[in-house]
Amino acid sequence: MYRYDHIDRALVTQRVEQFRDQTRRYLAGELSEDEFRHLRLRNGLYQQRFAPMLRISVPYGLLESAQLRKMAHIVRKYDKGYGHFTTRQNIQLNWPKLEQVPDLLGELAEVQLHGIQACGNDTRNITSDYLAGVAADEHIDPRPYCELMRQYVTLNPEFYWLPRKFKFGFTGATVDRAATRTNDVAVHLVRRGDGAVGYRFFVGGGLGRQPMLGQEMNPFVPESDLLRYACAILRTFNRFGRRDNIHKARIKIVLREWGYARFRAAIEEEYGKIKASSEGEELLLLPEDIERVRGHFPAPAYRPAAEVSADIAGLAARDARFAAWIKRNVRAHKIAGYKVVFVSLKAPDHVPGDCTAEQFEALAEICDAYSFGELRSTYDQNLVLADVAERDLHDLWRRLDAMKLATPNIGLVTDIVSCPGLDFCGLANAGSIGVAQDIYRRFDTLDAQYEIGAIRITISGCMNGCGHHSVGHIGILGVDKHGEEWYQVTLGGSPGNDAAIGERIGRALARDEIADGVERLIRGYLELRFDDDETFIECYRRLGMAPFKERLYESEAEAEAA
Amino acid sequence: MRILHNSELVEDQWTVLEDGRADLGAGDGRVIVTLARWREERPSLLSAHAAVGVLVPNTADIEAVFADIEDRPLIVLQFPTFTDGRALSQAVVLRKRLGFRGELRAVGDVIRDLVFWLGRCGFDSIVPRKDQSLEGCREALREITAAYQAAADEHTPVWVRRRAGVAAAH
Repeated sequence: MYRYDHIDRALVTQRVEQFRDQTRRYLAGELSEDEFRHLRLRNGLYQQRFAPMLRISVPYGLLESAQLRKMAHIVRKYDKGYGHFTTRQNIQLNWPKLEQVPDLLGELAEVQLHGIQACGNDTRNITSDYLAGVAADEHIDPRPYCELMRQYVTLNPEFYWLPRKFKFGFTGATVDRAATRTNDVAVHLVRRGDGAVGYRFFVGGGLGRQPMLGQEMNPFVPESDLLRYACAILRTFNRFGRRDNIHKARIKIVLREWGYARFRAAIEEEYGKIKASSEGEELLLLPEDIERVRGHFPAPAYRPAAEVSADIAGLAARDARFAAWIKRNVRAHKIAGYKVVFVSLKAPDHVPGDCTAEQFEALAEICDAYSFGELRSTYDQNLVLADVAERDLHDLWRRLDAMKLATPNIGLVTDIVSCPGLDFCGLANAGSIGVAQDIYRRFDTLDAQYEIGAIRITISGCMNGCGHHSVGHIGILGVDKHGEEWYQVTLGGSPGNDAAIGERIGRALARDEIADGVERLIRGYLELRFDDDETFIECYRRLGMAPFKERLYESEAEAEAA
Repeated sequence: MRILHNSELVEDQWTVLEDGRADLGAGDGRVIVTLARWREERPSLLSAHAAVGVLVPNTADIEAVFADIEDRPLIVLQFPTFTDGRALSQAVVLRKRLGFRGELRAVGDVIRDLVFWLGRCGFDSIVPRKDQSLEGCREALREITAAYQAAADEHTPVWVRRRAGVAAAH
């Protein structure tokens, strides 16, 4: 974990006092509603349907036990006893009271948590690989670079009033587990043939209206120039991003309107000017700067394999439920004798991503006991215990299972990604949680889930796309039609290395049709697939839209034929 | 009218000379004109007034226009709304890349909660919106003293400060 020094601590605590004064002035009528809106958003506070929503930044998805204990306390004291993990690895509270938010932020600051730039037209929390540091396919640990970028963009005075929100995603592995190209900027850590480390930059990704994937801007920016290149992109965006239309204000629109060549030339020109000026000296990272931050992320004190390995297969043979969990929620680790464990936040009749005070507390104890005190949040709204000794797996499973955190469904049809939707969100046009639960119930048996295999269902309650519907294998977008909730379905999206934006299949489905529709699509896939190994997305890519469309709207085809 | 200059509340020494108006009739002859007018009427403006400052639109390419204004004692940048940060980039480029050392002024929808950011970006002259508390604006300059980036108030970025091990000592 990155550890604050006196500078970080002073910044976060002074920021709380700044917001306390802003809140006081707003409540005293000295700040207008609109003025305060921009200020509170930059502290994570959003006005929701029933109450403010507070988004708490979890930098690149890393949490430790003290933070989890604090979250348990926070959700009990200031909320209704639960929090919600988002697709950007953050935590949201749905029911804080505005007057109490400064105190709440003060308590968060005690454990290095805050809502700084969690919302608003600014640089948002950085997301990254939830397997950073432990993945076998990782060439460079992205966490030190995420932290350096976090410091560069946090309260950066030049880029505090951008045209629109601006997101960074980092990975240093072969497999992209952070949907990096859905961000305004994706940074891929790479190692060149000669051993030099650098960054492959993609720019212009973004979901929401007109979803786009980031395009490669520079295949290799040297390691020293992370902040210089980022400054060039941010300055270009700040100058040229559209401010006349909120729906056309993301950097992806500048890229689209200018075209790739002109856009890339502008970034490169600015980068060249930065390098040639005194500013470039300030922004230059020396190897020792990176090493110092790397020192905040040491490998845990792994014990020799002989002390920690276990006969997992033997244990699994005696307990079918444990075996199912091992199969679905436990993954290989680069260190012999250790495993990566996924904590499912997708239990039956549970809101995807929600975590209760009791679960926060249990997770604090569990990660202290079994995973060196740390936990990661994932892009899929689950959690990861990254360093679990094989010998502890059975005990760990029992403790997770007791807290409904061991549903063996990671990556399966019930591992549904969903935004809070109309039940909470002021922006939403339609509910998403209820739809997620309806679909969940259709495939509740493990046999059915295993037969279907890997599939990503994603649900957003509006065009903003917090539920990442555009990059779901089956994406569902809630829309409002004359006061009724309808759902548009897209197929073929993907957030990973094979990133793609899903295509709309046809007319929207009504609230009472959507679960049936998804079930028909999945039953169709089971009939259509080449063999048991062909996943939904592979099958879709082989056959295209037509056979799925036919199945989704089969009753209409029958009606027409009749 | 009082404004914020070098962190102090002072009487403004400058008067805006609207396009089309010939002279002031007041003040000590320090006037602010638009960039367009400055380019058109430079010799006559210089002979008629003690000092001439230039107002640059926030859409201007500050590097491209700098040759015309680099010798000016005052450059004025605009904030049509406090959420429009384009002039912040203009200010940073003026100070850091172009080395402008004259007075740099922010005008427009300047609310107290923009002031902190203005100060960090190198504005030493701030004209708050009429309804704003001047004292509040002055306080806002020092709302947050800890900073990660190098800026007008902190010349060394945090990663460089930590090189010396100074930060780690606390």
